[in-house]
Amino acid sequence: MKINMPRWFYQLASPKWSYDFMGILLPWFATAALLLLGVGFVWGLVFAPPDYQQGNSYRIIFIHVPSAILAQSCFMLMAVASGIGLVWKMKVAHIVAKSAAPIGASMTIIALATGAIWGKPTWGAWWVWDARLTSMLILLFLYVGIIALYSAFSNKSSGEQAAAILTLVGLVNIPIIKYSVEWWNTLHQPATFTLTKKPAMPPEMWLPLLVMVLGYYCFFAFLLMARTRLELLERENKSSWVIALINEKI
Amino acid sequence: MSFFVHTLQRDLLLAFRNRNDIVNPLAFFVIVIALFPLAVSPDASVLSTIAPGIIWVAALLATLLSMDGLFKNDFDDGTLEQVLVSPQSLVLLALGKVFSHWLMSGFLLALLSPLLAVMLFLPTQAILALVSSLLLGTPTLSLIGAIGAGLTVGLRKGGVLISLLVLPLYIPVLIFGAGAVQAGVMGMPIAGYLALLGAIMVFSLMFAPFAVAAALKLSIRN
Repeated sequence: MKINMPRWFYQLASPKWSYDFMGILLPWFATAALLLLGVGFVWGLVFAPPDYQQGNSYRIIFIHVPSAILAQSCFMLMAVASGIGLVWKMKVAHIVAKSAAPIGASMTIIALATGAIWGKPTWGAWWVWDARLTSMLILLFLYVGIIALYSAFSNKSSGEQAAAILTLVGLVNIPIIKYSVEWWNTLHQPATFTLTKKPAMPPEMWLPLLVMVLGYYCFFAFLLMARTRLELLERENKSSWVIALINEKI
Repeated sequence: MSFFVHTLQRDLLLAFRNRNDIVNPLAFFVIVIALFPLAVSPDASVLSTIAPGIIWVAALLATLLSMDGLFKNDFDDGTLEQVLVSPQSLVLLALGKVFSHWLMSGFLLALLSPLLAVMLFLPTQAILALVSSLLLGTPTLSLIGAIGAGLTVGLRKGGVLISLLVLPLYIPVLIFGAGAVQAGVMGMPIAGYLALLGAIMVFSLMFAPFAVAAALKLSIRN
């Protein structure tokens, strides 16, 4: 069976083309991220009304929630990129997945850390074995494993393919882990804290949150493209277009 | 199919000629479990509450311990490469090796577990839950572990890495396995847990051999 993908899809397989394409998009995403994050930060941290129960300590959600969303989206992106890389044997896709992994791991750490900081005044504990916390922790372990696998191989492209296989296996496992952890939790300690049910937020609160989430996505895209471009240059350092590019700069 | 049987026979024969490989993970399993009464408390009430978790974690680690060498010899002496260039399927090879690994690790651990359950004062009614959950859960551990083994077989320091890759993926099996035993202790029905363990096993039986084959192909080419 022959599948015809659109032309731009095959063009992305060319490192040079991808490098240039991302170079065009990069400043737009950087500007959007700067604007959205700036507006979201000030709006959320200064102008949004304090919570009637938690006072001002709830404001950390403006960082916590976007990081948690990004941590999960990043894994999805890595899985899609890995799948494309393995099926079409595209080096660029593998490089995108590789560049995304540390960003996703950082987002997971930020989500866990801000959650702990928020948990201390609100629940009175830095950590509880809540289903959500636990599955985020496991997500972090998956990221750590994938990053370790990248660096274990001396041949970079083998490491990328190995990590791609692991990412896809991890993707299949994520829903199983999520549901098993949720079920485990409800069985062991019947809802001491319900994190899963969000209180209905007024628009003054969720609007800045939405701006922050969008800002995080733009920031993520910016970071990912910058990292991918750097990795592309490093990997293609023998090819004529990189040499020409460097000569141009000097 | 004959290739699967052939791989299985060969691996079992190799294992019987080299019995240490079979005994070591079992000894590890027993020793790890013996450490807990020394470290936590010899008190029967304490031990019986943590016994399901201890036995399951020890079984998981014992399976992982023997996982490192699953493809090592065949990789080093070129057997895997020969299989790859031959018309035989790597998937069947993976399946045969995983099955023989399970027979020598998970299956024997399950047979050994009632003894340890008694030593940890696990109530008698939970022993059936323990053995059946181990029998249904450990094949998944072998299957998932084989993916990690396949990915790291070409690396010099694969040992620690494989646990890093595989342990997070073991968590659902651990939860349902230990959960089944705990339900057994409390006299609650365990069929739901066993059904889930079985479902996870069938699911990984369907997909894991292909991932193992892909991983092996990659390691050979590297």
